[in-house]
Amino acid sequence: MSGPTYNFAYLDEQTKRMIRRAILKAIAVPGYQVPFASREMPMPYGWGTGGVQVTAAILGPDDVLKVIDQGSDDTTNAVSIRKFFAKTAGVRTTTCTTEATVIQTRHRIPEAPLGEGQVLVYQVPIPEPLRFLEPRETETRRMHALAEYGLIHVKLYEDIARHGHIATTYAYPVQVDGRYVMDPSPTPKFDNPKMNDCAALQLFGAGREKRIYAIPPHTTVVSLDFDDHPFERYRFDAPCALCGATDSYLDEVITDDEGGRMFACSDTDYCEKRRATNRDDAVPGNGPGAPAMDAASR
Amino acid sequence: MYVAVKGGERAIENAHRLLASARRGDTALPELSLEQISGQLTLAVDRVMTEGSLYDRELAALAIKQARGDLVEAIFLLRAFRATLPRFGMTEAIDTANMEIRRRISATFKDLPGGQVLGPTFDYTHRLLDPTLAEGEHSVEPASAAPVDGPMPRVTDLLASDDLIEQSPNADPADPVGDLTRDPLGFPADRDLRLQNLARGDEGFLLALGYSTQRGFGRTHPFAGEIRLGEVEIEIFAEEVGFAVPLGRLTVTECQMINQFKGSATEAPCFTRGYGLAFGHCERKAMAMALVDRALRARELGEEVKAPAQDEEFVLSHSDNVQATGFVEHLKLPHYVDFQSELGLVRRLRAEFQALRSGDTSLAREAAE
Repeated sequence: MSGPTYNFAYLDEQTKRMIRRAILKAIAVPGYQVPFASREMPMPYGWGTGGVQVTAAILGPDDVLKVIDQGSDDTTNAVSIRKFFAKTAGVRTTTCTTEATVIQTRHRIPEAPLGEGQVLVYQVPIPEPLRFLEPRETETRRMHALAEYGLIHVKLYEDIARHGHIATTYAYPVQVDGRYVMDPSPTPKFDNPKMNDCAALQLFGAGREKRIYAIPPHTTVVSLDFDDHPFERYRFDAPCALCGATDSYLDEVITDDEGGRMFACSDTDYCEKRRATNRDDAVPGNGPGAPAMDAASR
Repeated sequence: MYVAVKGGERAIENAHRLLASARRGDTALPELSLEQISGQLTLAVDRVMTEGSLYDRELAALAIKQARGDLVEAIFLLRAFRATLPRFGMTEAIDTANMEIRRRISATFKDLPGGQVLGPTFDYTHRLLDPTLAEGEHSVEPASAAPVDGPMPRVTDLLASDDLIEQSPNADPADPVGDLTRDPLGFPADRDLRLQNLARGDEGFLLALGYSTQRGFGRTHPFAGEIRLGEVEIEIFAEEVGFAVPLGRLTVTECQMINQFKGSATEAPCFTRGYGLAFGHCERKAMAMALVDRALRARELGEEVKAPAQDEEFVLSHSDNVQATGFVEHLKLPHYVDFQSELGLVRRLRAEFQALRSGDTSLAREAAE
């Protein structure tokens, strides 16, 4: 057996063309889920095969790739996907948000604003925002076709009736360009406003479910809500223990078995950049750039 | 603490090294060869080829070795490789009536042209652990006889000649056979796509669904009309010469179920069909597939769809074990970003709950805002 040789960015050109067609259609109809012939990838379904296929289809030799999972470049799956493209496409990789031309993400949108010429590729587990209200694909496709979105509003209303709040905290549904209701992938709703009027192209790939959808640059994206219960972001009310940021989404890290915990930026690049800047400005050992241990204690 | 999240790259590399070493096991013992796997764990290889959707014993054996005997993982390895292969073309439909038979049984007729050929089967063995096997080197010469002469027609063809069973639908040559690896599966799905999906589907899942139809959840009154195992020729139509040329041979298992009859004021009653086909010797899979195929024909045959096995979207969307294992196991991946927002909501709801309980309405309102 001779070792197999793989094409640039793993997928063969015909497959890439098929995916690019789906992407073009998705861009032309913002928020609409375009079926595509998803391939088996060398990583498991549910681990970002949709995002990987989209990235493979759009990646060129000059691209600079960043991969994040939970906002971090260092989580195991982000490392694995970054290495996959470094190996199969030989492209330059980075952890710096502003330097990247293609950013593949799972569950977060970077804190730093994205610019023109950047593409954000989301890994999507369940692309259908109506799926947990209606399990049947035949039904949900019809509901989208007729823009019949009453059911999802009823669900949000029931949340308010039961809990006093809309109880959806991630994968919070949005309406794109005033037409299709779309699942933003399981990003925390904190990130939803970043999708609106974003200068970058946003592509969504769901491998197992075989769907691609898109938000073209500068498209209106509205989180569903009610006049008397407007959409609100959630963020734990504390500064980041590492960089002192008060505007970033925080991870909660348990530090001992006595209830000790610290909160730190989930976006590691954002956090590191801030710490580097603070270190330059601040008196050493003082201010928000100080070692985390003090800030972490209760 | 926080540092633990870092250093993922080296941790992954070390985990892979540990995996490779665990796979090899005790180095004092000889390593498994692919020939041993494909020659002695034949049914595992057959299952991996069937659900991996690639007929290659050597690669399937390699996949089983690499997967440490985890067959679903091996199926995944084979599928991922298959996805990278180019397509040369489409073979002619295989003709199982002309199969070189190794096993052929019918549960519907005591005797029939060609007879009952038991072949290598676990049926009728007593499931007693065999200590002599544990001692190793245990070879038994098979009994031999002259090959069965004459044709071995399929039971369903015999029934069809009397119109007792519905005609097998003839594919329209102008309408190409669907391929769910090239086009996403849509619903309602035609039978070609359904059979492809079931052939690739997880044996355990189909077994349970087939079993459920026997217990009344979508009953179809099945009879094992025929199960046959053997070698078939595959041929491809060569444009240059103008006829089909043989490419090689496949071992396949075919099961044709004969099911409850249908009939109406305008149509004479006749039995209906359920079909199963698998690479190699995968009898349980082929039988379960035939049961589920028949159950899924409910809509087409005007039966009420009530049971899970009759529900096309339910069955076809969940039969693939590569998809299923990926999505179930992806729960191992970090979800702390989403969990954090759920945590935030639950804390807030609890604070409101406590405030309401203690009767402090001002606090309750404040917490609610």
